[in-house]
Amino acid sequence: MPIIDPEAIVGSRITNQNLSRWLHSLPGVDKVGLEARAAALSTRSIKTTSKAWALDMAISMMDLTTLEGADTKERVRSLCLKALTPDPDDLTTPQPAAICVYGDMVKHAKEALGKSKIQVAAVATAFPSGRASLAVKLLDTKDAVNAGADEIDMVIDRGAFLSGQYLEVYKLIQAVKKACERKDGSHAHLKVILETGELETYDNIRRASYLAMLAGADFIKTSTGKVSVNATLPTTLLMLEAVRDWYDETKIQIGVKPAGGIRTSKDAIKYLVVVKEIAGEKWLTPKYFRFGASSLLNDVLMQRQKLSTGHYSGRDYVSVD
Amino acid sequence: MFEYAPAPESKDLVKFQDSYGHFIGGKFTKPSATYQTINPATEQDLAGISHGTAKDVDAAVKAARNAYEKTWSKLDGATRGKYLYRIARIIQERARELAVAETLNNGKPIKETRDVDIPLVASWFFYYAGWADKLDYAGLGPNPAAHGVAAQIVPWNFPLMMLAWKIAPALAAGNTVILKPAETTPLTALLFAEICQQAELPDGVVNIVTGFGDTGAMLVDHKDVNKVAFTGSTDVGRLIAKQIAGTNKKATLELGGKAANIVFEDAALDQAVEGIVNGIFFNQGHVCCAGSRLLVQESVQDVLLKKLKRRMETIRLGDPMDKNTDIGAINSKAQLNKIEKLVKQGVKEGGERWAPNCPMPKNGFWFAPTLITGVSPANTVAREEIFGPVLSVMTFRTPAEAVAKANNSPYGLSAGIWTEKGSRILKLADQLNAGVVWANTYNQFDPASPFGGFKESGYGREGGRHGLLSYLKGAN
Repeated sequence: MPIIDPEAIVGSRITNQNLSRWLHSLPGVDKVGLEARAAALSTRSIKTTSKAWALDMAISMMDLTTLEGADTKERVRSLCLKALTPDPDDLTTPQPAAICVYGDMVKHAKEALGKSKIQVAAVATAFPSGRASLAVKLLDTKDAVNAGADEIDMVIDRGAFLSGQYLEVYKLIQAVKKACERKDGSHAHLKVILETGELETYDNIRRASYLAMLAGADFIKTSTGKVSVNATLPTTLLMLEAVRDWYDETKIQIGVKPAGGIRTSKDAIKYLVVVKEIAGEKWLTPKYFRFGASSLLNDVLMQRQKLSTGHYSGRDYVSVD
Repeated sequence: MFEYAPAPESKDLVKFQDSYGHFIGGKFTKPSATYQTINPATEQDLAGISHGTAKDVDAAVKAARNAYEKTWSKLDGATRGKYLYRIARIIQERARELAVAETLNNGKPIKETRDVDIPLVASWFFYYAGWADKLDYAGLGPNPAAHGVAAQIVPWNFPLMMLAWKIAPALAAGNTVILKPAETTPLTALLFAEICQQAELPDGVVNIVTGFGDTGAMLVDHKDVNKVAFTGSTDVGRLIAKQIAGTNKKATLELGGKAANIVFEDAALDQAVEGIVNGIFFNQGHVCCAGSRLLVQESVQDVLLKKLKRRMETIRLGDPMDKNTDIGAINSKAQLNKIEKLVKQGVKEGGERWAPNCPMPKNGFWFAPTLITGVSPANTVAREEIFGPVLSVMTFRTPAEAVAKANNSPYGLSAGIWTEKGSRILKLADQLNAGVVWANTYNQFDPASPFGGFKESGYGREGGRHGLLSYLKGAN
């Protein structure tokens, strides 16, 4: 895999001023045009065989998530069991990509998932607000990695970003990336949450995407799911354009994860259409596209049952998690 | 691989008769001298259409005159508005049927007829229905008068939409009409005749006479016609202008175009690419205001063309009835031949042709979305209206050069500007000789907004209050 050279990409030493210049030289985003494109792609009609394919792909791209203050070992265990056998009546149902939990639940999740291929992702760095000292954030990360987390979902400091302290955000991501390293030299996969709902403008979201990619993110993720505006189709479309263009420039492929608010199969399929038509087939794999979701799985399972049996089963025929 | 399975709209939503007569005085005449109208995507016959004769034209004009004198001019505005609202609502109720009919007869994708054409048709009638009882406020003083009988000739690219653009303001202003649809796309106009019956519109207020150019010429020529409205090619527009010179007939002509879509280096490039695609590939490029000349600033030419080509690779060409089709069929063999001839000429004159690798259906008339790069302002494809999915790419260095190149055309219908700089938009909009200037968007239509051209793109405006004035005395 090619190694990224941030200075070569920015074209100068990495200082706040140079980062600022580089980020502000990116082409702007026209809100009306972007949203119109997302709306147009939403009208694609995905039926029969392509729908079946898309539903299975959506499940295999899911980061099945529980991020509640009320989470317990039992709750996490039950979610893991659901991930292992999403539909006990149909064992051909694929498994989701990962379970996403708070750091202290990682060991329970690892235990429940055993040797399965399902990854354990932990949110870290004082999720969801990110308001803690760097030392605390790094410790939070290391703690999760030591507990066996395969993936780390970090949050950026939106306050720093919005006040133009790009270097601070850059350094934070780099430091967390370092904290993801394991003793054997491998590293936990790093997803960088931009919290797009708080960045508000599409120009900001494009800049934050580039900043995260420059600092070494493996994935860029829209949201924590904890603010009022979470993943939207236009935001995800914009981030897919960013990773596509980044790949053109660097040959490094970064993943995208919309999270929060994606609840129905219909929504999930719209996202997959956007992935296909904006970034291309190369991104249509759990390695490069994930859904951060909790209730989505059951809706997809019901749709899947409908496709195979011809009728809806109803909520009582999929397990609560 | 994520392949989209076929998602065809049902053909059964519309049932055509075997053959149609003209719609004169509220009734269909017996079909006579029929020719077949086809589905350009399959070349299959759809229905027999009557080729209008001088007798048919005369009967239609008489019916319109009669209706004007005896009924329509005697009704108050609110009552005329009531009929127009009724028509608008029936169009909405029958929207799916009309969308399918339009797609079958025209070849344009169902996505467009469903989401653009038919909703705009309904909105045009709703909009002008609202004007019918407010003509005193149109700026012409109290009680402005209708012209009387209007002859209206519409093209094949937006058959029902062009009908709506013509009939809605004419009726709101108190005129009665004879409309001749294009010879290749008469079916939605004939369905519209049924809608007039369904709405119990007084007989003769709307008359539809089908046929070819000769039928249209007879209609324009008829001595009892007061107003002529035409949308179509500049050549035919010229003929009409000559034909009615020295008469009392008023005319609005909406003719060809060769619009420049100007992309500056500071544009939102991804959205500009969308705008370029929408500008030239919407409706297979069969759009008089299509952004057929791309003027791109040299400094962003490479990145923009790379993005544009990648975007064009994702365009889905094929069965217009499939809900996922982006580009449908070319409307006729004649049009396809014209596009092919012009593109060949452009390549001969030094242009470089590029098209994505897209499979073409066996039957029907098809043309892949095409770029021609390295086009000089003298190249045929930079000057002549191709009326197909073909984009000529030129470059510029400064805003002044962009304006000079954009205005270097006998046409002046529309233009597009792509820049994040608001002040530049305002300045350029002033300098461009185009009736419509879109900024950071393209091909947006709204009944409240006037539409029309400069120079050889015609005269008069359609849409908005201006469109109404074309149908009232003292305004032209």
